[in-house]
Amino acid sequence: MSEVGQAPPAHPAGALAGPRVTRSRRSPLWAGTVAAATAAAVVVLAILPYLAYQNVTNLLDEVFYLMVMASMWNLLAGYAGLVSVGQQAFIGLGAYAVIIPALHGANAFAALPLSVVVAAAAGVIAWWLVSRLRTGYFAITTWVIATVCELVISRYQSLGGGTGVLLPLPTSISPTLLGAYIYWIALFVLIAGIATVYLILRSRTGLALTALRDDETAAHSVGARVGRTQRMVFVVAAGGCGAAGAVYMLTQAQFLQPSSAFSVEWSAKIIFITIIGGIGSIEGPILGTIVYVALEQALASYGTWYFIILGLVAMGVALWAPRGLWGLIADRFGIRLFPVGYHVWLPGEDGRARRRR
Amino acid sequence: MSWVNAVIQGILLGGLYALFACGLSLMFGVMNVINLAHGDLAVVAAYLALGVITITHVPAQWSFLIVVPVFAALGYAVQRTLIQASLNRGVLTTLLVTFGLCVVIENALLQFLSANTHSIPVSAALVSASFTIGSGITIAYLDLVIFGAAVIVLLGLQYFLSSSKYGRLIRAVADDREAAQITGASHRHVFGIAAAIAFGTVALAGIAFGTYSQFDPTIGTDQLLLFAFEAVVIGGLGSLWGTLIGGVLLGVAQQIGATIGTNDQVLAGQLFFLAVLVLRPQGVMGSRGTA
Repeated sequence: MSEVGQAPPAHPAGALAGPRVTRSRRSPLWAGTVAAATAAAVVVLAILPYLAYQNVTNLLDEVFYLMVMASMWNLLAGYAGLVSVGQQAFIGLGAYAVIIPALHGANAFAALPLSVVVAAAAGVIAWWLVSRLRTGYFAITTWVIATVCELVISRYQSLGGGTGVLLPLPTSISPTLLGAYIYWIALFVLIAGIATVYLILRSRTGLALTALRDDETAAHSVGARVGRTQRMVFVVAAGGCGAAGAVYMLTQAQFLQPSSAFSVEWSAKIIFITIIGGIGSIEGPILGTIVYVALEQALASYGTWYFIILGLVAMGVALWAPRGLWGLIADRFGIRLFPVGYHVWLPGEDGRARRRR
Repeated sequence: MSWVNAVIQGILLGGLYALFACGLSLMFGVMNVINLAHGDLAVVAAYLALGVITITHVPAQWSFLIVVPVFAALGYAVQRTLIQASLNRGVLTTLLVTFGLCVVIENALLQFLSANTHSIPVSAALVSASFTIGSGITIAYLDLVIFGAAVIVLLGLQYFLSSSKYGRLIRAVADDREAAQITGASHRHVFGIAAAIAFGTVALAGIAFGTYSQFDPTIGTDQLLLFAFEAVVIGGLGSLWGTLIGGVLLGVAQQIGATIGTNDQVLAGQLFFLAVLVLRPQGVMGSRGTA
């Protein structure tokens, strides 16, 4: 057992006691192991540009931004019950939020934080449009908003119209150094993105979100502020996708086309990744991205086949293993990397209580 | 005069959109499923019609006699298997599964049939025939035929739902599934029938679209699904006439956008839809409380 609960508070003998809930904690050994492994992984990843060829770091760039996008979508659909098919709106806007100031003379790297700010602001406006909608209505309306963003951006000839635009970079950086910079930016966005998701789920909001994930009406009835929580998650997911979109643009030789920036293919990718990896857990989108990129590399020469296979697998997983690969692994081995769960202790129970997801 | 022309062309286009929308609306109304693969099904139907025309040499406009029954059977089968299985898991799963279906269909079409555009070859006499009213307003017979077909289908559907045995069953299950089950109606079978109708109408819409315009594998997700959904929301859920009005308003908004700039046709429709969503979320024809 890699994770045990806090010992339940002792009850006075014979007293009437309802079930008690304690926050999940990990055994010191396991927590230490995970923390040390995470720290080691971050250090290795951080110095990787000095160790590996650039095609390795280029591949990891894609892994990192897809992990961020999928984690954000997981927060939306896996916890807040909001199935968005329009995250590409924020992915594209985040990228253009860097390009537009750079075209007007700003330093491209200095403009990177704008991707989060602009995408989150767009998220606030979009939420105003979609907040009353649920399920399919919500899904298609977010999709419509993304197409509106694409059509509006395509109108501007200064952004290359429909043909695309190149990000002006500060004076000559060597390609190797530029690749390393982009890699570090991607790594930073990944760490910040996962940390944000973890901190949200570990907070009071996370408790509301977990309640919301399990039953929206019940969450309402026990006093979770459903609307506020959903808005907060929607805006955070918009900002996170914006940052990931800016990283995507940097990795595409700093070139951006409205049709690829706002393509619904983004939604297809991040939805398949999250479902296959495991929706409703932090680990799921991370695992799913690794599976996705591995499949993409292995089947790249077969055209769209990998996408067809991925879609069919995702449909199968949604139907028959709705908690995804990570759910299967976690159930089999009792592992959790991120302690965001809670334990329910029934009266009279001591020692190891049944763990609630 | 171009404005009047835009309105008239928009009305005619709206009939086609209503034809796309009625199946989506029916499936949402009866089984609470928004089928995100709806647009791709229309494209598949258009390709199937092309295949039927090539193999059997029937006149293009009669290909629907084969394609529509095939699609109705397909609809019943898909509903009883895939969609019912995801419904048992919950609304979220139906969204994810139909979205997966949408992506799989689009990429399979791209893989097997290439990204080339096609159109359904109706006889030249029908394509080019038109008449003129006033000065400069030309109405193509083909557009009029499509609009007429849409109105006939909606009338037929309205009559079917209000008067036939199965129509009453569908409405009963949509209103209260448990109560309908108590009286002996199998809701799974009724869902299958509703899906068969929805698939049949979307097949007809796909063929009509294929004669009206060129199509390729991506147009189902890029445009048709969104247009169908917008027509449903603009018109207001729960009434077929609302769907027709919604389709017509969307068509008119798009055609007016097209007179402003050739690239603004779709954008004008989308913005009109968002405006309706904000200002009148229950739809133009809907009453308060049905939104």
